[in-house]
Amino acid sequence: MRYSGFRVIKEALTGHKGWKPVWHDPTPQADYDYIIVGGGGHGLATAYYLAKEFGQARIAVLEKGYLGGGNVGRNTTIIRSNYLLDGNEPFYEFSLKLWEGLEQDFNYNAMVSQRGIINLIHTDAQRDAFTRRANAMIMHGADAEILSREDVRKLYPWLNFDNSRFPIKGAIAQRRGGTVRHDAVAWGYARGADMRGVDLIQNCEVTGMRIENGRILGVETNRGFIGAKKVGVAVAGSSSKVMAHAGMRLPIESHVLQAFVSEGLKPLIDGVMTFGAGHFYVSQSDKGGLVFGGDIDGYNSYAQRGNLPVIEDVAEGGMALMPAIGRVRLLRAWGGIMDMSMDGSPIIDKTHVEGLYFNGGWCYGGFKATPASGWCFAHLLAKDEPHKTATAYRFDRFLKGRMIDEKGQGATPNLH
Amino acid sequence: MSQSHRIAGGQIERSKTLRFHFDGLPYQGHPGDTLASALLANGVQLMGRSFKYHRPRGPLSAGSEEPNALVELRTGGRQEPNTRATVAELYDGLEAKSQNRWPSLRFDAMGINDRLSTFFAAGFYYKTFMWPKSFWEKLYEPIIRRAAGLGSVSREEDPDEYEKGFLHCDLLVIGAGPAGLMAALTAGRAGARVVLADEDFRMGGRLNAETFAVGGKLGADWAAGVLAELSTLPNVRLMVRTTVIGAFDHGIYGAVERVSDHLAVPMAGKPRQVLWRIYSKRAILAAGATERPIAFENNDRPGIMLAGSLRAYANRWGVKAGERVAVFTNNDDGLRTAADLKAKGLEVVAVIDSRDGDEVIDTKGKLGLKSVTIRDSAGRTRTIGVDALGVSGGWNPNVNVHSHHRSRPVWNEEIAGFVPGADGPTGLLVAGAAAGGLSTHAALAQGQAQAIAALTDLGKTAKADSLPEAEDAPVRVTPLWHVHHGKGRAWIDQQNDVTVKDVKLAHQENFSSVEHLKRYTTLGMATDQGKTGNVIGLAVMAELTGRSIPETGTTIYRPPYTPVAMGTLAGRSRGTEFKPTRLTPSHHWAVEQGAFFVEVGMWLRTQWVPKSGETEWRQSVDREVLATRKSVGICDVTTLGKIDIQGTDAGAFLDKVYANTFSTVPVGKCRYGLVLREDGMVFDDGTTARMGENEYVMTTTTANAVTVFRHLEFCRQCLWPDMDVQLISTTEAWAQFSVAGPNARKLLEKVVDQDISDAAFPYMGAGNITVGGLRARLFRISFSGELAYEIAVPTRYGDALLREMLAKGAEFDPVVYGTEALGVMRIEKGHVAGGELNGQSTALNMGLGKMVSKKKDSIGMVLSQREGMVEENGYRLVGVKPVNPAAKLVAGSHFLEIGAAPVAANDGGWLTSKVYSPHLGCDIALGYLKGGDKKIGTRMRAVNLVGGLDTEVEIISPHMFDPEGERLRG
Amino acid sequence: MIIHHPILGPRDAQEFVYLGDESLIDRPDGMTAGIEAFHDYAYNRDNPAGAHRELWYHEQGDRSWLVVTRNTVTHEITKVELARDVARAKGRTK
Repeated sequence: MRYSGFRVIKEALTGHKGWKPVWHDPTPQADYDYIIVGGGGHGLATAYYLAKEFGQARIAVLEKGYLGGGNVGRNTTIIRSNYLLDGNEPFYEFSLKLWEGLEQDFNYNAMVSQRGIINLIHTDAQRDAFTRRANAMIMHGADAEILSREDVRKLYPWLNFDNSRFPIKGAIAQRRGGTVRHDAVAWGYARGADMRGVDLIQNCEVTGMRIENGRILGVETNRGFIGAKKVGVAVAGSSSKVMAHAGMRLPIESHVLQAFVSEGLKPLIDGVMTFGAGHFYVSQSDKGGLVFGGDIDGYNSYAQRGNLPVIEDVAEGGMALMPAIGRVRLLRAWGGIMDMSMDGSPIIDKTHVEGLYFNGGWCYGGFKATPASGWCFAHLLAKDEPHKTATAYRFDRFLKGRMIDEKGQGATPNLH
Repeated sequence: MSQSHRIAGGQIERSKTLRFHFDGLPYQGHPGDTLASALLANGVQLMGRSFKYHRPRGPLSAGSEEPNALVELRTGGRQEPNTRATVAELYDGLEAKSQNRWPSLRFDAMGINDRLSTFFAAGFYYKTFMWPKSFWEKLYEPIIRRAAGLGSVSREEDPDEYEKGFLHCDLLVIGAGPAGLMAALTAGRAGARVVLADEDFRMGGRLNAETFAVGGKLGADWAAGVLAELSTLPNVRLMVRTTVIGAFDHGIYGAVERVSDHLAVPMAGKPRQVLWRIYSKRAILAAGATERPIAFENNDRPGIMLAGSLRAYANRWGVKAGERVAVFTNNDDGLRTAADLKAKGLEVVAVIDSRDGDEVIDTKGKLGLKSVTIRDSAGRTRTIGVDALGVSGGWNPNVNVHSHHRSRPVWNEEIAGFVPGADGPTGLLVAGAAAGGLSTHAALAQGQAQAIAALTDLGKTAKADSLPEAEDAPVRVTPLWHVHHGKGRAWIDQQNDVTVKDVKLAHQENFSSVEHLKRYTTLGMATDQGKTGNVIGLAVMAELTGRSIPETGTTIYRPPYTPVAMGTLAGRSRGTEFKPTRLTPSHHWAVEQGAFFVEVGMWLRTQWVPKSGETEWRQSVDREVLATRKSVGICDVTTLGKIDIQGTDAGAFLDKVYANTFSTVPVGKCRYGLVLREDGMVFDDGTTARMGENEYVMTTTTANAVTVFRHLEFCRQCLWPDMDVQLISTTEAWAQFSVAGPNARKLLEKVVDQDISDAAFPYMGAGNITVGGLRARLFRISFSGELAYEIAVPTRYGDALLREMLAKGAEFDPVVYGTEALGVMRIEKGHVAGGELNGQSTALNMGLGKMVSKKKDSIGMVLSQREGMVEENGYRLVGVKPVNPAAKLVAGSHFLEIGAAPVAANDGGWLTSKVYSPHLGCDIALGYLKGGDKKIGTRMRAVNLVGGLDTEVEIISPHMFDPEGERLRG
Repeated sequence: MIIHHPILGPRDAQEFVYLGDESLIDRPDGMTAGIEAFHDYAYNRDNPAGAHRELWYHEQGDRSWLVVTRNTVTHEITKVELARDVARAKGRTK
């Protein structure tokens, strides 16, 4: 069914009796052309685009829990394409452009809201680096600006300008950056995929892979064997666990990233802001909560929960930047498992097993990538060649010395 | 109006009167009151508005689970949005405002939402507001954002201080109700180190709100007696007003102590709140239980409360919430409320017991309850006038902290509630109502038993003293989650306005898993985190799907237990105290000169030192550069990392960690080296001197001082554990100054005791010397390209050395230069620093590829040879100057060929660092340019698209000043 | 978290800096091993959900590198050793 303002009014006046399930719970078939492992944002987007853009059919998404229960369901909802390196920027700009048309495309209001993002500058070296980045972004067709200290003050006069350890000296801004209602992204893709005949199978955990003569035949699950011509894995923090079924060791570590939301407040922060002298970034949701986060806890973890030092570190950053939030209360903390790669950039690639494809290594930047990740993974699955914006996201870049290391931290995942 | 609803009894200090204001109106209360109890005592039920429909609301509860009675407390920088009136302790002069209403609490224009509620069903916004596309940001969202949110932030700085503290104990007891008190007493008497924390300002838990006896006396008196004994035990720490917010790993708990929130302003020297990190060997969760309501039509009106809270207001605070009261219950505890209220002289006009088939089906009263409509078992309905209704749908054990490690609670049929499941935090036991033991006797018995269990586990013995006698009545609950009647709305999550209808819609649209239900309807996402509503929502979904509640699932709780102020979590780390400040030895001298400083990591370094008459920073910097190159300049370089490396394998060790060779450096000489990461990228650079056969002094960049040292320890301990090599960081031990310029030697000769002539102390020489008898180190190294030395003395003599050099060398007119002049001179010489040492660059990129020796194994050597890192046309360091000397350069500009469009395909690289060179009389820069080594002498453009600058430049050697290095050896 | 330092006793994990898998001790010899071996050493990880032997550095302490055996699902720590001892046991010398 198509959603519209008219439909909402009609249903409201007739007791909401006409709303249909946004997705079904089909029984798994014996085999499919495509199995996407992982019903998070990337997996659902992949299935959606496989069906819609690449005309493929007989597609299933296998999700061990509930749809949208991965990192798409617990993140800080930021979209942006303010990347520096040639390997990344075209991809993220492609993603941002997909965000810009997403709601009309899948007929679901995911509240894509381009209220802008600023990354604050506190040192001359940061300004130089951000200027380099801003120029790179523009040359890739994205938008970028460098703001002065006074420009920032006009936006947020109540930030700590006058009594700070690391004074604000300006910012890099991307006005097309913003936020999206994260759950709605998963639901919109799921609904769109379901409408196009994709089987979305919840509570279905992949427990093994059937591989013969170097070719994948299907996956073992807690609901039995399901055959497939091609299997695409998009399971974020569980990447190493799932790909181990194919005997692979990945250039990935799983780390916990905590994120936080405050109690609801009347509008305080319009766009997205990152502190450049500590671990803190923040936006305010349409409901009024400040949504914020900082650094990963920094040790391998699959526990989906973090510890106090990082919570304190994030709050310290927040208070250093915004002394007016001292009495704003942190309402909820949660932890997601990040697939931290060795250079901080993702992998969308074939594997040594014919018919097995991998999508992962998104670190804590996977949400903004969701549309392009789905599109590019679908492209790879359908055509067996990478999408033009994702050609650099190969496994062998580490062997060949072609890392995409935005932060210049090298093979230490917890520093990316 | 003076406390019209105050009745006899209660634990308030009636002899003292406190004055306060709510929405500008004056009221009175007593010490011991909360804002909610005091307002109720004054006959005020209406305290807030709900989030979505702006429904008028009064308090639902008397505790921290409160969803409705949220206010803005205090004013100015102390303004606190969303404070629960039910836990805000009354103090004299308290000021509170209602929130999320306009223009006033009684007449809220946004109340229109309530009339339009059918259009605002769960998730309606996902289905509309999509056309036209541009309207979302411009029209719909701004309206939604303005309407949403609860309280407001004043935008002023919070003037109060916050503190952090650390505690260690054998046993942390969370909650000081009967179970917690018994646990603390048992463990305290056994001599264990006990911390007893309770979120309330009066310990005793439910005993303060009840009338029944414990050990033959009033429960509250028994509690007071236990507390009196505990306070005499030196091994027991009682922490009142302290909420344990979360269980973290390995027995660490976070707790927030509200030190000053019961005062108008904190006492001098006292923080507002303290964040405690409690390291406990064992812990007992004795957090009690929270009553839940029943969903029925219009069950959210002011005056409708949890039955146990209605009773608490009467018993603990001497407040009648209404004149004519009814009670609606599905369990025996609700009957207690009726009995207690009657005993207090309230008129209890009806007890509606669903177990008898009676139900409340609707209510009336816009701003306060006026009547309830009851349907009896025979289906007859009647409406009776009441102004308060107590509702009891049973009690939910407060399992929250137990599920902080993602342990899933399990369903207990007998109490119709979730109790703690398996795999809770290691070392955390649960006792009393939190464990499902809802009677007072059960609480006492479990508190004692769990304390004994915890201590036994720790190898201590605790005695099981005879338990005080207490009631042990079963709750006899027959679950009733929502009343099936009519088409109206029955609230589940009162704050977020989630009704039974919303759950039905979620089910209809297949948002049937608990997580989908929560996210789609926002059930349990409000400031109370669903403490009263979650289980009802789950139960309604279970009914709809035909599954049992445990099959339907549960949502687990996450920290914090109740919301925590950001200021508390940040503690003292704010403002200029956000991070420590490291001062250089010359800092005080520089302050005297009116120097400007720059943050470099934790350090504050002198950026430039203005002379009188200089109004622009460039005047000072140009002068410092020119004076240094003309005569002599001094720069504090203490911030560079310094590592002493000693041992018979010191040279071999350095050969491993440096890409080039150090074992061959003669004693008394320095060498410049590159440290690579294992991935072959340049990690750091610096000069290392061989001070003796087995003794080196390594220098690192300021930025990497800590990480290089860490890396060296890794190499030493993990990779080559048998090497005889010892390391110590001496960054803080030595004050170090660069003395540079043609007269550097002449100046130094005036302060050092040794012969430092070119013959005695040649270029790249190093040695231990003395300065007026004081031990010192001298290195003849140069970052500026001048004849230069770095001289080091023990840190505490740094200031004196600087003053001595300036005084004794006065004839050379020495200048002290800062980081800006340092930057100018190093860029003139083409030395790499921050902008080039960006972690993304190889030695080859820097034009230093030959330094990576292939004759020995060193960190990064192998991987630096990967094909992508040795490309012919890769980035190479170049110098850049504008063709027109008056033209400007900007660091971060990108290289484009002349005539090339500014698109990524044409991107040639970028300017890494830029300065104005007073010697060359123009801006100069370093940059990484693709194939740059082959482009020296050509012309390109440096384009800064964000600044609208497009400058034709000449690509030159990075060695832009004195390329032959003649001055170095002077 | 609390790490029971073999020399110093229980210390808050906040005093430590984390590096990663203990396999980082197993550095190949650059004079004999090639790019492939170093690539596997530097980039690929088991990344187990369960027991993980990992390197922590007591930066705000005695500067020991430790090998901590910790469960990545529960965070339970079952063993803490000096990394130097582990390295020697693996046959590393100089």
